[in-house]
Amino acid sequence: MPSDKRCSLTEAIAEFVHDGDCVYAAGFTHLIPFAAAHEIIRQGRRNLVLARATPDLIYEQMIAAGCARKLIFSYMGNPGVGSLRIVRAEIEAGRLEWEEYSHFGMISRLQAGAAGLPFMPMNPTAAGDLERVNPNYRRLQDPYTGREVVVVPPLNPDVAIIHVQRADRRGNAHIWGIIGEQKEAAFAARHVILTAEEIVEEEVIRSDPNRTLIPEFVVDAVCHVPYCAHPSYTQGYYDRDNAFYLTWDKLSESREAVLAWLEEWVFGVKDRQEYWQKLGEETHQRLAVKPRWSAPINYGDY
Amino acid sequence: MSAYTAAELMTINAARLLRDHDVVFVGVGLPNLACNLAQRTHAPNLVLVYEAGVIGARPSRLPLSIGDPTLVSGAASVCSMYDIFSLYLQRGLIDVGFLGGAQIDRFGNINATVIGDYFHPKVRLPGSGGSMEIAAWANRCYIITPHQKRRFPERVDFRTSAGFLSGRAERIASGVRGGGPQAVVTDLGILEPDESGELILTALHPGVTVEQVQANTGWPLRVAANLRTTEPPTDEELRILREELDPQGIYIR
Repeated sequence: MPSDKRCSLTEAIAEFVHDGDCVYAAGFTHLIPFAAAHEIIRQGRRNLVLARATPDLIYEQMIAAGCARKLIFSYMGNPGVGSLRIVRAEIEAGRLEWEEYSHFGMISRLQAGAAGLPFMPMNPTAAGDLERVNPNYRRLQDPYTGREVVVVPPLNPDVAIIHVQRADRRGNAHIWGIIGEQKEAAFAARHVILTAEEIVEEEVIRSDPNRTLIPEFVVDAVCHVPYCAHPSYTQGYYDRDNAFYLTWDKLSESREAVLAWLEEWVFGVKDRQEYWQKLGEETHQRLAVKPRWSAPINYGDY
Repeated sequence: MSAYTAAELMTINAARLLRDHDVVFVGVGLPNLACNLAQRTHAPNLVLVYEAGVIGARPSRLPLSIGDPTLVSGAASVCSMYDIFSLYLQRGLIDVGFLGGAQIDRFGNINATVIGDYFHPKVRLPGSGGSMEIAAWANRCYIITPHQKRRFPERVDFRTSAGFLSGRAERIASGVRGGGPQAVVTDLGILEPDESGELILTALHPGVTVEQVQANTGWPLRVAANLRTTEPPTDEELRILREELDPQGIYIR
């Protein structure tokens, strides 16, 4: 295991994301690695199976760009705004395969995958229709009480992409704020690409080990990608670009407008740095956040 | 008394259903406004829990999404999604859940998944998200929705989340721990389940008639013997909504 896994995002995507792979770009609203998706689009990956609890705009853009053959999800909306118009149109037209869970079912699949278990049990919900249309939901008898439990199989993506606030060059990573399913996705996946707002010295990570959600030995690549999450956000670094999510709702009424957007903002830039510069000073100011520090804790010097 | 919008009327009536010290699984949009309104009026000790894994949120601005950073700063705790759904919701620590959907049927079952055939959807909706489990395991569930006939069919096309199934006895027999839907707050009035689990009209908003509600409901809607009229929104409730919670009028207009 190399002690320095740093590489460019371009190199990481080229090495670890292949046509036909199952990809899990993690993050529930927070820390969504848009820069990685844009790199996948630029490198022209095809036939991907895209898994995420909330496809969000990240998978909407990848699906619009023709990267995906199938979507695995549990809530297919533009969060707080409305519909994912492109994804919805592809599904309604029968051009995109899909596999659907509730949030708990989806996250339970990752939990099973992360823990190396053959399935994960859940209490029944009495709403039978999702179980009926998705044969991955099964029922088992609890051997202790005789009652029924619902089970789902593990999800083990070929590659997970995890954005974090800070990581060391080995891949030990601190995350704070909404931690969604980042840890589970990282442990469940066969390969992990880490993108980080900051690369820090190992001592910084070791100063606060309780905050390390991702340990180095599940990580394959460490990429320094500031502003990777825009129009999603990174807690304490920059705000969610709600205006973009609202604008997308209008823009995505037209497939041509979406393709033109991809041409300009994905194919038209080299990398995230160029994308961020292109967003301009006004957007940078609008998304800047004032600091709000936590009280330091004392680990003790033993 | 000021004039008010349908969204304000629904939000205020939903807020009044919350009790102080309730632990509430909050959804975005009107439920979020209702919970924050309740916290600023009669339920200061309301605990706001968001499915993104935030417990005891104190949002200082209106969050557009359920995962907004303002929910985290100043919250009591943040956990993973697996933890929020298993330790909090499945374990039985959530008093109130809010649900929404494109269709709500006679027994409070909800469709948020698809109009038409599942495999050949006429209209594909966002899907369950957290609602399948919230409907099953929260002690009480409330639904906020505009009152239109197409939203209130006799039977939903797809049961995304369970109300009383085909009747209260079936829900009880299923063994799910939560009490099911307790009220559907619309812009015309309030529906509540009777002893069989069927939704009946229990309250009208000021100026609304029974016939109006029945005409906008897809099954022969029965009327409670003690039908009441809701108190109109107060100036203070409207002020908090308009000045403090949604000054840009994103949701309440």
